[in-house]
Amino acid sequence: MTYPSNIRIVKVPCTGRVAIIHLMKAIEKGADGVFVAGCMEGDCHFQAGNLRANKRVAYVRELLQSIGMEPDRVAMYNLSSGEGPRFAEICREMTDKIRQLGPNPVRVQGARKAEAA
Amino acid sequence: MIMAKPKPTEEIIREIKDFDNILVAGCNGCVAVCEAGGLKEVEILASALRMYFANQQKKIEIGEVSLTRQCDKEYLAEIKDRIGGYDAVVSIACGAGVQFMAEMYSKMRVFPGVDTCFIGATEEKGVWSERCQACGTCILASTGGICPVARCSKRILNGPCGGSSNGKCEIDKEVPCGWQLIYERLKELGELKRFEEPTPAKDWLTSRDGGPRRLIKEVSQI
Repeated sequence: MTYPSNIRIVKVPCTGRVAIIHLMKAIEKGADGVFVAGCMEGDCHFQAGNLRANKRVAYVRELLQSIGMEPDRVAMYNLSSGEGPRFAEICREMTDKIRQLGPNPVRVQGARKAEAA
Repeated sequence: MIMAKPKPTEEIIREIKDFDNILVAGCNGCVAVCEAGGLKEVEILASALRMYFANQQKKIEIGEVSLTRQCDKEYLAEIKDRIGGYDAVVSIACGAGVQFMAEMYSKMRVFPGVDTCFIGATEEKGVWSERCQACGTCILASTGGICPVARCSKRILNGPCGGSSNGKCEIDKEVPCGWQLIYERLKELGELKRFEEPTPAKDWLTSRDGGPRRLIKEVSQI
């Protein structure tokens, strides 16, 4: 099982812990894309953490759209902890999707600003 | 509490796009409870604005603060030393907070970041509904604790009207008929006699019909 080395994993006790601001900050600070990997729907140990995460992801996607950014930079996936190959597949899928979108424009502008300074 | 909902980000951007230093100011009172204008929402809005302007290659500084309340001068005063560093404020407090901010810092451009909606209650997490219109003369004692001013679409004092059908209001099949609710509650309480005497016309002077309202409680004054 191999997945792209550009993926950085942030561990959380449950995807229900992922707040809107965490996803926003990830993009604001320069991540090209971010996906939330939650348990299968109906399998949340805390009952509804993954469902809440799903709603927050949808909210952030709308917010990104409203500021002229590609909503596809943020995504939600559901898979079980035993599905290593599926995780690797999602990582590749997300990486391909983000590569098509190109680098995060916020980071690109930030780098230009730093160069100018 | 007072309910509000965030304004579309595009609308906020339109208002502030020509400024260089913006303070996004939240309120930890009512609007924080209805998840429209508290600290969390300040952070989210500020982050979105930063990203938008970065994409536009516009250099803009965006500060964040959330005050205990924006409808009290004591709390607004907490930012008196730093507000001079900004050239506009986006206040995501209710309309009272936005106005008090503009009153206290009269040289500052203050823009609302939320639409203030109503006085209401939390039905369930994420669902809020109207319960009071602050009419100034409470009649809940005679209506089984259900307000016809807030819950009846026509605000009639002797209902239900002909638009009530199967317990729902004619404006929307999802909206309960306020007077049906009152009838059911009074029936449960054994107080249906209340319907035998019509309620006289209400004095709306204590509501908005009397102009902007003011409340003075002498014992509380210094």
